[in-house]
Amino acid sequence: MDSEKWGFTVKDIVEKPDLFMSGHRACAGCAPAIVMRLIMKAVRGPTIVTTATGCMEIVSTLYPYTSWAVPWLHTAFENAAANASGIESAIKVLRKKGRIKGEHVDVIAIAGDGGTYDIGFQALSGAVERGHDFLFVLYDNEAYMNTGIQRSGGTPLGAATTTSPAGQVIPGKLEPKKPIADIMAAHEIPYVATASPYYWRDLITKARKGLEVEGPAFLHVFAPCPRGWRSDSAKSIELSRLAVETCIFPLWECIRGEYQLSAPSKVIAIEPQRKKPVKEYLAMQGRFRHLFTSKYENLIDEIQRITDQRWQNLLKKCGITS
Amino acid sequence: MKSVVEQKFLALNGDEAVAYAVKQCDVDVVAAYPITPQTIIVERFSEYVANGEVETAFICTESEHSALTACLAASLTGARAFTASASAGLALMHEMLFVASGCRAPVVMAIANRALSAPLNIHGDQSDTMAQRDSGWIQIYAENAQEVYDSVIQAFRIAEHPEVLLPTMVCLEGFQLSHSLENVNVLPDDVVKRFVGVRKFPKVLTHEGKFAPLRLDPDNPMTLGPAAFPNYYFEFKRQQEEAMNKALEVIRQVHDEYAEISGRRYGNGLLDPYYLDDAEIATVCLGSTAGTVKTVVDELRAEGVKAGLLRIRTFRPFPVEGIRKALENVKAVAVMDKSMSFGGHGGAVFHEVRHALYDSEKRPFVVDYIYGLGGRDINPMQIRAIYRDLQEVLQKGRVETPIRYVGLRE
Repeated sequence: MDSEKWGFTVKDIVEKPDLFMSGHRACAGCAPAIVMRLIMKAVRGPTIVTTATGCMEIVSTLYPYTSWAVPWLHTAFENAAANASGIESAIKVLRKKGRIKGEHVDVIAIAGDGGTYDIGFQALSGAVERGHDFLFVLYDNEAYMNTGIQRSGGTPLGAATTTSPAGQVIPGKLEPKKPIADIMAAHEIPYVATASPYYWRDLITKARKGLEVEGPAFLHVFAPCPRGWRSDSAKSIELSRLAVETCIFPLWECIRGEYQLSAPSKVIAIEPQRKKPVKEYLAMQGRFRHLFTSKYENLIDEIQRITDQRWQNLLKKCGITS
Repeated sequence: MKSVVEQKFLALNGDEAVAYAVKQCDVDVVAAYPITPQTIIVERFSEYVANGEVETAFICTESEHSALTACLAASLTGARAFTASASAGLALMHEMLFVASGCRAPVVMAIANRALSAPLNIHGDQSDTMAQRDSGWIQIYAENAQEVYDSVIQAFRIAEHPEVLLPTMVCLEGFQLSHSLENVNVLPDDVVKRFVGVRKFPKVLTHEGKFAPLRLDPDNPMTLGPAAFPNYYFEFKRQQEEAMNKALEVIRQVHDEYAEISGRRYGNGLLDPYYLDDAEIATVCLGSTAGTVKTVVDELRAEGVKAGLLRIRTFRPFPVEGIRKALENVKAVAVMDKSMSFGGHGGAVFHEVRHALYDSEKRPFVVDYIYGLGGRDINPMQIRAIYRDLQEVLQKGRVETPIRYVGLRE
């Protein structure tokens, strides 16, 4: 796939109507809500969206209101991908039987980290193994924010949540984040990518690519949550950039098993001096506050070490040796 | 009056009867995960798919939870959807049963009834579906493979009726029905296709302010399965109850219409009485046990005993009025439960039947007989003993032991 032909101009995006509309009840500075809006800018034609239980479902569809200008379905927490399987199969067969118009309908499944890394993983793995044609969007705010900031498989090492609190003997979450996008890439599906709302054109382009490939596509989107991260509401997008610049959340694509770095991360690969220390990113968030005490400061080094190691592994996968 | 259609005889077990009926019903999406004793249903159906005999998207999901989810989503997209399950699989679906009925998705599901763990047991009792009785699904219990076939066809019409729109399960006891070969009369394909018809959708108001069919349609965006908090949730649930009440009538109508074509009746579709008009003592049961009870009733009648049977075909919606009426002149009733309600003073059927009789002027004696758990056989001698018990209750004028166990080592 030629990434050059996927450009979106600001004009394209401005002219496109919002399909995730204002009036939703997301918190101030909520990156997931911005992610929803950007994803819906990538829509190319008739589209059906299905969302797992989670923040974005609750804030956007509190009866009798809705923020969705497309047909939208929620059924439960763990099954966004199974919903997509059913919708996609139904459309295929109904089109064949002439019961609905012959147009292609894109299907987008959306879930947070809980509905993807944890409870939703089985349905997701099953659906992509079966090869259903849909785009799965993971908006990753790194904990169960909707239920009050409990840890998930997407919560990073050292983060304090209400079920992995930083205490006298335990410094927040003890395990690193599950490498979900790599796990999805290992399913050998046509398209896997990571994206960040700071790099909005890259994000929209990747969502569009995911829609255009035939078969399953997985898009892992970084999505800061000021409430859960104890960060400044005005800094969500800045955090989205820093996560990429520190290589905590590098941007890449994996097209049928072939990894390639996306431009913002490629720059860092070419000029490693641009890579910022993770400390800068951690310092902006209350969930890592305890790491800046003498008791737990060694964890910052550990987070840096894991980040560097994962970054080196990624470079290798992308055929870049430094 | 339509004339009865010429039919052919096939040797089918209960599971095959389900698969054959589903094949004829022009189903769009079947999503399933295998579990004994349901497996034959999806095996046969996958053969129809592999041979191009059906135009159906067949999804072999990675779990029952996803199977019902896919059916539910397909149904809300406008497809006719079917799945099958049993026991642990049905228990895994439990959450989605409520979602399917709450979303008003008319999915049809066949359940080859099976006991629940622990201890592990693959044989037939009704613990699995009784545990789902409050999930908002219509429940039909069939007596034999013929009724299984007939009920699956009727189920699509009932579930998809615009004033019902409730998911419907057809229950057949594992092995007793699922794996026993019987002669089954089957209707010609075109007759079934005409009977079930193309799915109809009620028109509802979209958030764009126009009326459109209730389904996920890009031309008429609709938000389905939203969040509803205390200010609205209750009303949704009340509407489901209204639909259940409406279903009582629709089940009867569909059953009558089908009877005219097939020549087969099961009482009024809700309740199937046997020698009940003048009965003094009667049993109440669901499913295949009724066949054995009928043999015993015949014998007792030949001996001059006024024995009868009331088979409940539709456990949800529960035909309270019909049950009260059917049993109003009976003096002692034995309710047969093929499941337990631990700590609940009797089984589920007992609870419901005795509750229905509470408002009866001539309130009969009611005794609960729990039997057949984990597939344990019940024989005519044991059923005879139940009727003998009822005679004793009448003699003594009281029920000394209201809950009894049949064929249990104690």
